[in-house]
Amino acid sequence: MESKRFGRRDALKAAAGTALAGLAAPAVHAQGPMVLRYVGTAVNQHQGIKEKVREDLGITLEYMPVTSDDVVRRAVTQPNSFDILDAEYWMLKKIVPSGNLVGMDARRITLVEQITTVFTKGEVAGKTIGGQGTAPWKVMYLPGREARTFAPSQTDHLTLIPTTYNADTLGIRPDKIGRPISSWAELLNPEFKGRASILNIPSIGIMDAAMVVEATGQHKYADKGNMTRAEIDLTMKVLTEAKRAGQFRAFWKDFNESVNLMASGETVIQSMWSPAVTKVRSMGVPCVYQPLKEGYRAWAAGFGLPKTLNGRKLDAAYDFINWFLSGWAGAFLNRQGYYAAVLSTAKANMQPYEWDFWMEGKPAAQDIKAPDGTVMEKAGSVRDGGSFEARMGAVACWNAVMDENDYMVRKWNEFIAA
Amino acid sequence: MPSSPDLAAAGGVPKAAPTAAPARRSWAPLLQSAPLWAVLLLFFVFPLLATAVVSLWDYTEYSLVPDVVSRNYVEMFEGCGDLSGGLCTTFRTYISTLRLCGMVWAVTLVLGFVVSYFLCFHVRSDGMRMALFLLCTAPFLTSNVIRMISWIPLLGREGVVNQALVALRLAERPQDWLLFSEFSVVLAFVHLYTLFVVVPVFNSMMRIDRRLLEAARDAGAGAWQTIWHVVVPLAKPGLVIGSIFVIVLVMGDFVTIGVMGGQQIASVGKVIQVQMSYLQFPAAAAQAVVLLALVLVVIAVMTKLVDIRREL
Repeated sequence: MESKRFGRRDALKAAAGTALAGLAAPAVHAQGPMVLRYVGTAVNQHQGIKEKVREDLGITLEYMPVTSDDVVRRAVTQPNSFDILDAEYWMLKKIVPSGNLVGMDARRITLVEQITTVFTKGEVAGKTIGGQGTAPWKVMYLPGREARTFAPSQTDHLTLIPTTYNADTLGIRPDKIGRPISSWAELLNPEFKGRASILNIPSIGIMDAAMVVEATGQHKYADKGNMTRAEIDLTMKVLTEAKRAGQFRAFWKDFNESVNLMASGETVIQSMWSPAVTKVRSMGVPCVYQPLKEGYRAWAAGFGLPKTLNGRKLDAAYDFINWFLSGWAGAFLNRQGYYAAVLSTAKANMQPYEWDFWMEGKPAAQDIKAPDGTVMEKAGSVRDGGSFEARMGAVACWNAVMDENDYMVRKWNEFIAA
Repeated sequence: MPSSPDLAAAGGVPKAAPTAAPARRSWAPLLQSAPLWAVLLLFFVFPLLATAVVSLWDYTEYSLVPDVVSRNYVEMFEGCGDLSGGLCTTFRTYISTLRLCGMVWAVTLVLGFVVSYFLCFHVRSDGMRMALFLLCTAPFLTSNVIRMISWIPLLGREGVVNQALVALRLAERPQDWLLFSEFSVVLAFVHLYTLFVVVPVFNSMMRIDRRLLEAARDAGAGAWQTIWHVVVPLAKPGLVIGSIFVIVLVMGDFVTIGVMGGQQIASVGKVIQVQMSYLQFPAAAAQAVVLLALVLVVIAVMTKLVDIRREL
C-alpha cells in the first residue's frame, strides 16, 4: 500500500532530484571510472583484451563493432560518437581529408621507435615490401597536427598507431581439389566452375580480381591499388565474363558467410581472411590458406583519435594505445594469426613454441591452442605460408582506395547486375 | 492520405456545429487534424523532400556538396541510350528486380488466394477458422532473417534436399540451382510474404455474402465459374492491397536477394545499399527517387483498376 501514497507531487520531486543529480554528475564522473568508446570492425574487439585493459589500466572499453564501410562513414559523418577509432590504413584516404582525425603526437607513444619497419619504411628484415595500393607507410604521417594531407616522409604526427596487419590470400579445400594450387589464376579456372567465390566488397574484391588478371598474363598493372579507368574496365570485364560463365557460386560479404560457404562445400576456392580459415579448420573441415606465387594482398589497421578528444579522455586514450603496444595485446593477436605492431614486446609475452609456430614458421612443438583453450593446430603442423618474413615479404599489394573509386564502385554494381 | 482532411472534417463538424460561428468552424478541423499532419510532415513529407533534394547534390569521397547538379541522374542512366552493347546496368537492374517482383507477386497471389479461400469457404466452424488463421501467422513469431537463412542448409549442395534427391535416385548429382539462384530468392520471398496477401484477401472474402454463392449455384454456375465471376471480383480489394504489400516489399529488398541469391543477383535495393556504404549518398538518393517513382506508378495503375476506398 506504500505505492498508493506516492502521488504525482512525489514523482515530480523525485524527477527533480534525479535531474539535479544528473547535473551534478560530471564532477562525480571526473573521478570515476574512465570509459572509452571504441569504434572498429570486430577484428580487434576481443573480450579478453577488454578485461585485461580494465584490470591493468582501470579503463572500460565500450566496443562498438561495425562493418569496414561503416567505420569510414562514422569517422566522416559522426566524429563525436567515439573516443578511439580502429581503422584500416586504406580508409585514411577518405577520413583524413575530412579533418576529423588528429595527428597523434609521436612523443607520447613510448614504443614508437620500435614499431615494425613494415609500417615505418615498408621493409621486412631489410627487404622492401610490395607497395601497390594504399600501403601504410604512404599514409602513416601528417605534416602537422591538424593536417588534411599526408606527409611524404616521417614526422612527429601519426595518423594511426598500428595494431594488427596480415597478408591475405585464397582459401582452398585441399580434399575437394586434390592437386596443388600455386597461382591466383586458379580462382577463375573453369575447372572450379560454380565452386569459386570472391568478396562483394568492391575495394577488396577488385584487388583480388587484379591479382588474377595479372596471374593469367592479361595485363600488368602499374599499381593495382590505383587503376586507371581503362584498367578498371578490363578487370571488371574479366570478372563479368567469369560470372556469366557461372564461375562463382556466391559472393560473400562478411566473415561468417565465407566460413559457411567453405565449410558446407558450396565453394572449394575463394578469397578469404586468415581467421576464417582457422575457423573452418576448427570445425574439422580441411582448409588451407594457400600461399601463391604472385604474392599476398595485405591490410593493416591501427588506432586513430578524433580531433575533439581532450583532457583526461585524451590521456586515457594515449595510455590505452601505449598499453596495446606493450606486449600483452600483441601476443594475444599473434596467437590468432595476425601480426603485432611491436614484435619485441609481443615475443616477450608468448611461449617460445608459440613464437616459433606463428612467427618463425617452424613446426609446432606442442598443440597450439586458441585463447579459450581449444586446439587450433596439432603438434607438428606448420603455419600456411611459413614465417612472418616469408609472408609479409611476399606482399604484392595493399587494400586500397583508388583515385577512381566512384567509377570503380559504379562498375562493380554493373558487374553484380551482369 | 488525401482522405484525411475529409475524415477530420467529418469528425470535427458535428462537435463544433451547434454553437460555433462559421469562422471558427474553418480552423477547428484543421487544428484537430494537426497531430496527424505534423506526424506525416515530420516523418513522411520531410524525409522524402530531403531525399529528393540530396539527389541533386554533388559529392566527393568524404563529403556532400550542396548544389543542384544532374550528375547523379546522368550517371545512373549513362549508356542507356546505346543498346548495341546490351542494356545498361540500371535498366538491367530494374528488369531483374521487376522480374523477381513479378514472379513473387504471381506465386503469393495464387497461394494467398487459395489459402484464404480454403479458410473462408471450406472451414465450417468459426473457431477452427481462427485457429488455422493463427497457425498461418505462427512463422512470424521468429525473425524474418532466421526464416530466410534456415533455407540455406536445406537447399545447399550438400544440404538435406540434395541428399534426399540423390539417395532417392531422383537426381544423379546434387542440383546447384536449388540455392543461390532466382529459385531460392523467390522461394524465400514467397515464404516471407504470402501472409501479407492472405490477411487482406481473407478479410475481403469474409465480407462476401454467402447467399451470393448460393445464388450463383442456383443460377447454374459451376465451381470455377463461381470463383471467377463471384469470389474473385468481390475479393479484389484484398487482392490489390496484398499486391501492394508484396510489390513494395520486394522492390525495395536487398537482404533476401543478397543472401538467397548469393549476392549475384542485381536488385535496386542492393545498388542503393552499396552506394550508401561508399558514402555516395546523393547517388543513392537519386536511385531511391527513381525507385519510388516506379513503385508509385505501379500502385497508381493498380488502384485505378480497383477503387480500394470505394470497396472497403
